[in-house]
Amino acid sequence: MFLTRWNKTETPAWPAFGRLSDLRDELDRLFDSPLSELGRTSRLLNGWAPAVDLYEDKDNFTVKAELPGLKREDIDVSLNEGALVISGERKAEQKFDEAGTHRVERFFGRFSRTILLPATVNADKIAAQYKDGVLTVTLPKSEEAKPKQIEINVK
Amino acid sequence: MTTAAQNIPQNCTVENEEYLSPRVDIYEDKEAYVLQAEMPGVNKEGLEVTLADNELTLTGRRAEAAPQSEALHRESRPLNYRRAFELDPAIDTARIEASIAQGVLTLRLPKAEKIKPRKITVTE
Repeated sequence: MFLTRWNKTETPAWPAFGRLSDLRDELDRLFDSPLSELGRTSRLLNGWAPAVDLYEDKDNFTVKAELPGLKREDIDVSLNEGALVISGERKAEQKFDEAGTHRVERFFGRFSRTILLPATVNADKIAAQYKDGVLTVTLPKSEEAKPKQIEINVK
Repeated sequence: MTTAAQNIPQNCTVENEEYLSPRVDIYEDKEAYVLQAEMPGVNKEGLEVTLADNELTLTGRRAEAAPQSEALHRESRPLNYRRAFELDPAIDTARIEASIAQGVLTLRLPKAEKIKPRKITVTE
């Protein structure tokens, strides 16, 4: 983790070597991860999969997605047959040639996550907010989906 | 383009608190190194950048705690962020600039001006 010049020890002799070292890193990451992270799909297969949480309370479902460093206009949120789809693209801000690159851990490019909602929501009242790199989508439950208290008269 | 060629280090524990290690990119141009660290949920108030003995430590505390309502599915980890770097001695630490926008910290670490040759007077 030195901020000194990064000497590339693995000079790829042919392009496939680059992929191989990616694969090795990915395997290392899988074995090092706590169990909770193993459920997340491997990033090699689908590029970038931002972390998504789904919460429920009496009136709403709330979806939170960690999307650091995006622009509001590059995030798309849509509701499609009971599923919330969050997609977008993170664009690299500056271009640096390979000689000037020391460490690359962040993802750039397109992503898409689909979150199946457990009950119907009021599509007209969905609200989304993007703040501090976290997208919060609030989805009010439809009247049918809300828990109801039924009064029963005991005779 | 999705290249994340290097492993990110393990989480660390400092004073009984477990921290996530943020993903970092480091670039270099003629004048400076540029470091970008991902800390979603952190804003200016929760950010701490400290420098001691050429070791740069980044700490980010989330602005909001996780919602109290029931989590049906959870992928994020409700931890704060921390990561330390050893700085190249050629960095002019007095001119380091930091900014944070949408959970991404950008640090600009300027290289020191070349030390000019000096003539040293010999005293008897």
